[in-house]
Amino acid sequence: MFGLNQKDTRLFLIVAAMTLLAPFILNPFPEGTAMAQMFNAGYPDLMQRFVIFGILVIGFNILFGLTGYLSFGHAAFLGVGSYAAVWMFKLVGMNVVPAILLSMVVAGLFALLIGYVSLRRSGIYFSILTLAFAQMSYNLAYSVLGNPASNFNLTNGETGLQLLLDDPRVLGESVTADGSIPVTNFFGIAMRDSFNLEIGGWLFTFNAGYYLAGIIMLISFYISIRIFRSPFGMMLRAVKSNQQRMNYTGLSSRPYTLAAFVISGIYAGLAGGLLSSMDPLAGAERMHWTASGEIVIMAILGGVGTLIGPILGAGFNEYFKNILSKINDEVLHQWLSFMPDGLENAFVGVLHFFVGKGWHLSLGLLFMMVIIFLPGGLVEGGQRLARLFRRRRPSDDDSQKSAQSTPAE
Amino acid sequence: MSKSNFTRRGLLKTSGIAGAGLALPTIFTASSAAAFTNEPTGSTVTLGFNVPQSGPYADEGADELRAYKLAVEHLNGGGDGGMMNTFSSKVLQGNGVLGKKVEFVTGDTQTKSDAARASAKSMIEKDGAVMITGGSSSGVAIAVQGLCQEAGVIFMAGLTHSNDTTGKDKKANGFRHFFNGYMSAAALAPVLESMYGNDRKAYHLTADYTWGWTQEESIAAATEAMGWETVEKVRTPLAATDFSSYIGPVMNSGADVLVLNHYGGNMVNSLTNAVQFGLRDKQVNGKNFEIVVPLYSRLMAKGAGENVKGILGSTNWHWSLTDEGSKTFVKSFGEKYGFPPSQAAHTCYVQTLLYADAVERAGSFNPCAVAEALEGYEFDGLGNGPTLYRAEDHQCFKDVLVVRGKENPTSEFDLLEVVEVTPRAQVEYAPDHPMFAGGSLGSCNPGA
Amino acid sequence: MDAILLQILNGLDKGSAYALIALGLTLIFGTLGVVNFAHGALFMIGAFCAVTLQRILTLSTITIDETQKDFLGNPLKVKTPYVESWFGPETGAAIIDWSVPLAILFAIPVMLLIGYVMERGLIKHFYKRPHADQILVTFGLAIVLQEIIKAFYGANPIPTGAPAAFRGSFDFGSMFGFDPNTIIYPYWRMVYFAFAAVIIGGVFAFLRYTTFGMVVRAGMADRETVELLGINIDRRFTIMFGVAAAVAGLAGVMYAPINSPNYHMGMDFLVLSFVVVVVGGMGSLPGAVLAGFLLGILEAFASMNEIKAIFPGIDQIIIYLVAIIIILTRPRGLMGRPGVMEE
Repeated sequence: MFGLNQKDTRLFLIVAAMTLLAPFILNPFPEGTAMAQMFNAGYPDLMQRFVIFGILVIGFNILFGLTGYLSFGHAAFLGVGSYAAVWMFKLVGMNVVPAILLSMVVAGLFALLIGYVSLRRSGIYFSILTLAFAQMSYNLAYSVLGNPASNFNLTNGETGLQLLLDDPRVLGESVTADGSIPVTNFFGIAMRDSFNLEIGGWLFTFNAGYYLAGIIMLISFYISIRIFRSPFGMMLRAVKSNQQRMNYTGLSSRPYTLAAFVISGIYAGLAGGLLSSMDPLAGAERMHWTASGEIVIMAILGGVGTLIGPILGAGFNEYFKNILSKINDEVLHQWLSFMPDGLENAFVGVLHFFVGKGWHLSLGLLFMMVIIFLPGGLVEGGQRLARLFRRRRPSDDDSQKSAQSTPAE
Repeated sequence: MSKSNFTRRGLLKTSGIAGAGLALPTIFTASSAAAFTNEPTGSTVTLGFNVPQSGPYADEGADELRAYKLAVEHLNGGGDGGMMNTFSSKVLQGNGVLGKKVEFVTGDTQTKSDAARASAKSMIEKDGAVMITGGSSSGVAIAVQGLCQEAGVIFMAGLTHSNDTTGKDKKANGFRHFFNGYMSAAALAPVLESMYGNDRKAYHLTADYTWGWTQEESIAAATEAMGWETVEKVRTPLAATDFSSYIGPVMNSGADVLVLNHYGGNMVNSLTNAVQFGLRDKQVNGKNFEIVVPLYSRLMAKGAGENVKGILGSTNWHWSLTDEGSKTFVKSFGEKYGFPPSQAAHTCYVQTLLYADAVERAGSFNPCAVAEALEGYEFDGLGNGPTLYRAEDHQCFKDVLVVRGKENPTSEFDLLEVVEVTPRAQVEYAPDHPMFAGGSLGSCNPGA
Repeated sequence: MDAILLQILNGLDKGSAYALIALGLTLIFGTLGVVNFAHGALFMIGAFCAVTLQRILTLSTITIDETQKDFLGNPLKVKTPYVESWFGPETGAAIIDWSVPLAILFAIPVMLLIGYVMERGLIKHFYKRPHADQILVTFGLAIVLQEIIKAFYGANPIPTGAPAAFRGSFDFGSMFGFDPNTIIYPYWRMVYFAFAAVIIGGVFAFLRYTTFGMVVRAGMADRETVELLGINIDRRFTIMFGVAAAVAGLAGVMYAPINSPNYHMGMDFLVLSFVVVVVGGMGSLPGAVLAGFLLGILEAFASMNEIKAIFPGIDQIIIYLVAIIIILTRPRGLMGRPGVMEE
């Protein structure tokens, strides 16, 4: 189907089903229960983040997973894309389509520039070059380029670039009839519109912005599968396995790596444009080196070089970040209230360090665990589980081999 | 734990009730039946406390959270009632707000605009918070204020000192109790004049972001008006940790006062470095060299240790104030947690009470009704003397404290002494003052 | 002229912190081939060794003073450190005053132990893994270490003063015939610079003139041959990891009086020190030291008002700009070897 082989078609259909049914999958607990309060993730903001960061990491994986070039400054493209989209909302109008297109173009050009320079070096020298470019962008966006008092306020500094009532918006209205800033929309469908479905005690939210981002993610995912399977993807893999030998055969690897770099930059710009479309404020922090590090972490968590890995990694990271940081001592007491008081307090005392304000600690430990025990990320975890089940049925030795490669490349 | 309302039994009971009648998270929903975003329909109302729990301001955020928990306890009738007893308005009865028990959810701003908006969104969309409050930086306050305006909930700012929060970035749904850069300057200038004279040359080191710029502008304008000369304004990167290369040249410039427009970790480091360079032992132009830190925070002053001794600055509130409101608040906070509250804790506690009071007076949680009740509201008994929530820009006007690092502290909390309580009249300004011009409140948005 | 001299002093001082951290990083990379993103965290732990020793020395007995009141109006609890009651107020106060230099003695065993445990417990399993995995696992470890410190010490900076004898500053200007007060420099920062010079010299001398160092250098050049000679190179490399951790830790101890330690100071230094290492050339010890001082001095110059007037914001980006230029003009940094970390 769509030029994909059978395995890829199956994978694509699974991802498509998961994306479209996410409002159900992410809200497994009835509304109002303690479990729902903490573990349900089916609200628009988080669902949007899942797919948008999915796009970002899918793009990053095209560069890192295929060519092995580790960019430590990828967040810069996300940031540039976000700024471009917000400027579009400020100057032109609130339709998200031109904003997203512009953010892809701007991020692509930015990636072309940085990639052209950085790809002159390889290995850690390449990583440090991309890191240096990204940190320069961040520092400038935070201060010099963001001073409201100057005539050159491109980023609005610390606060982030935001929409104002007196923005021109030449193709739309500056102010709505009731005196507010108009909302971002896709040809009239507001990104924040939601439809709530109540079934029994369950509540499912279908958000317009989420479905737009979700469909764009599916398109991006499809393109990424095609790239992985194309001769171009094969070239990129050749770069990873032995660039020198490739050069000796008379092929120049630079155009290929540069193309991969620009493509992944465009993906990041697309993600940035979508972030701004869902929430029209672009902050400089999303360009900081720790944000770039998070992209790498998401990719490794999921499984580098695999098709599904980036989506899993992004979802896993965003989910735990959001959930862990919201659990506080009161919630812990509520959960553990079945225990005797002394034991309860002891447990809360220990867990206290890992949730709420300590969420960084749990996330750090989780990353370490995954990297130590699952070098191939969650995809490898899934494969091991699958193999475990297969082993119980020792008859089909063949399918074990195919299971190894099914979710991967 | 045993005294508060958040024992496990209390929570069990309330979560059952909350489960029965929780408001649907229908914010951002065009086709909602509710009159406004997150209209509380059950017997409880949820407030969202959005404070930095990780990152460099985590300790300040923790103190804000303590104050919020205390305020919720008092609103629900627990504890000693705190400043509800001294508040000039008497509509709060200790039975929750409009008869609904107050509950809360927390979020982590990380002191980043993006993260703060995400956590606020999660509290609004998922937990049904009808009001968002907190924060410890101006960038975050402005970003979250914008979000609350779009979402149709009230935003009660926490610690935010930039002029822009109620200046060019003011919003109809946002309210600030904390003071601002202009007020700091207006309060400090006369004290600086009487202590250091009116013939001084000032050298500014300014953190290179929104808050730093507005404070530098305010302080420079106020000191120049009394005859000081501004020799140089130097911007320092936010990420800077070592300020030696910025402080070294100060002595070369002929300046005799150093103004540090820094906050948090920047302030601790730049002040420590300046004292290390021995600037305070020097004589320039025949006068003692002086250092000024316009915005003081006790929590941060602690980080600078002995270096704060004798250094002037301003603060919104301090626990050593002796009016009834402050004494009551220090007592109930101190007895619950074992140490005195910070200015961030104070402003957050007061903001929560003011919100609850406005809801009671308006008779509704509708943001537009609440905003109307807060606009132009005069009150007293919350620690800063008679205070006005000005309708034009949603900024509180009240007395401002000028403080100085104490020479002989008796405890680890006793770091600052109040030099002067600058009366409210002296720090007031017109709503269209040039430093605040450029934005407009817009109209209140009830969402839904 | 005086302004330039002043910034050279500042640059040397900044540079010595960069150089110390970069030296440790390079030692680890050169011996074990591991990229250690937790090195900044080791620097931070060193600074907290100073904080911890200060806390230990100021452990106090509490006496109630009825004449004074605390903030709630109750009688004030007065704290008297045990060391003051044991050694008498004056000697006790002097010991507390000297807690940072004393912390050096405290930090060396602690840091060696931490380094040893880190290498045996975690890093050892990552020798054969890709560099990206090494970076990520040590990055995760850095987060874990700093969050543990935050859980115990809070997020606020903790003031840790230098001994009273080293407070204040020295007037270089009047010594060399400039106007007084034009080139002043704090005593403790001069101590820091001298300390860094001693440590750097010590490490080089250790590698150069001891048999142990010779074997380690041989192992860095050709690990297999050294192993074939029947030398247990692994054990020596483990010890070098401990030494590198101790170097970072000592850099942190002595840094505590310059800036009050906080839990994220390691991350603040991490990226910069990495840039330093790469600019110096991966695996080159002299390169790391040279690049540390070079970038420190350039950073100090970039913060001069005269230069900022021409290029606004140059102080924000100078280090990265220089790094880009150097990597593009000298493919392997200042003194790097070909083939290292380029795959």
